Amino acid sequence: MDYSVIAQYFPKLLEGVGTTVELVLVSGLIGTLLAIPLGIARHEKNIWIRALPYAYIFFFRGTPLLVQIFLVYYGMAQFEAVRESALWPYLREPYWCAIIAFSLNTAAYSAEILRGALDSIPKGEVEAAQVLGMRKPLIYRRIKLPRAFAVMLPAYGNEIILMLKGSALASTITLLDLTGMARTIIARTYTPIEIFLSAGVIYLLLSVVIIWVFRIVEKRLNPQQSVKIA
Amino acid sequence: MIELQGFGDQLLAGTLVTIELALASLLVGLVLGIAGASAKLSDNRIARSIANAYTTCIRGIPELLTVLIIYFGATTVLMAVASQFGYDEYIEISPFAAGVTALGLTFGAYATEVFRGAIQAIPGGQREAGQALGMGRMQIFLRLIMPQMWRLALPGLGNLFLVLLKDTALVSVIGLEDIMRKANVAVGFTKEPFLFYLLAAFIYLSLTIVTMVLVHYLEKRANRGLERGI
Repeated sequence: MDYSVIAQYFPKLLEGVGTTVELVLVSGLIGTLLAIPLGIARHEKNIWIRALPYAYIFFFRGTPLLVQIFLVYYGMAQFEAVRESALWPYLREPYWCAIIAFSLNTAAYSAEILRGALDSIPKGEVEAAQVLGMRKPLIYRRIKLPRAFAVMLPAYGNEIILMLKGSALASTITLLDLTGMARTIIARTYTPIEIFLSAGVIYLLLSVVIIWVFRIVEKRLNPQQSVKIA
Repeated sequence: MIELQGFGDQLLAGTLVTIELALASLLVGLVLGIAGASAKLSDNRIARSIANAYTTCIRGIPELLTVLIIYFGATTVLMAVASQFGYDEYIEISPFAAGVTALGLTFGAYATEVFRGAIQAIPGGQREAGQALGMGRMQIFLRLIMPQMWRLALPGLGNLFLVLLKDTALVSVIGLEDIMRKANVAVGFTKEPFLFYLLAAFIYLSLTIVTMVLVHYLEKRANRGLERGI
């Protein structure tokens, strides 16, 4: 082990951490926004509302993330219409392609988690809201969604960690995230063990931070769980 | 009809490699999972902490990074070990071997938790009954715990195998001739990325469906004789 290499290139690795964190935060945000309507649609009983989100979720959960990234980055450029559209300056950037692929992917997983949480809400609570004269949108806003968010938190925390790990795939489309930066450094220094292991340790620390944040939010949203019964 | 320009059988060959890789990793992962679960549940403090370190590290590091560490790192480590024994030739491990090791390690880490949960779900009285009948530890594990644990672990293992199947795509990054790699080659030649990556996606999707059907059948078989739902 050559520790001087790690010390020398540590600032570079931290630069990569910045990109990784940015990717996870931005696509996590977009993914969640997409997941809310998708999850609600999956929860509804009408088959016409359920079918399309089901197909979407099945595709994104059934294929590797790597294929999805390549489809967005290489696949879309095949079409003249895409290349001549106003969005092309964005779509040809690997950064935005990674964001698109990650957002669509995490939206599918989060929607399924949200559906599970919505399904788990006791019927009595919804009936109580109906008795009070609430309409569907209001029930979603005041009862179902807030309850579901609290229930789905642990599973959602896992999903964010999975996305953190998935973000390493951004390095395959030339992005310099943590893994990409590590690979670039190794191409120069040929010290794979030192640099990859440092990158691994940084990923571990990032997961620990995510777990820690979710534990705090979970306590906030589920105050009833921390009440001790004497 | 879709024009594959002669890459159809190439993709088929890639599919076979993907299946081989997935099954080989499954085997390694199952062994590691059972070993890990036994270590986590044992009275031995050292075994417990080794198992904990193993699952924490593997689950916190991106799969892509694990694959890269094994592929590039194992060469360095093997050469260092071999030089101790006076062997100074260049050693290279095949992408397949590296893939099986990396994916097996990953599957094993997650399977450890699945097996641990399943073993713990079996009432302690059963173990005591085995002891009362004079069975040894190995006999209790093989004849009492294993057959019952299998049923409880199956749903979790099925999900893990689906994840493993998708993770095999990562091994294409180190040059294994799997579906993804074949698709890359086809894209380089035909300049039709969307077609070939979408085709790859559908191959993975069909593998997913086949797995789901198989797991469902296995679960049904494992649950035969047990009343389901009241």
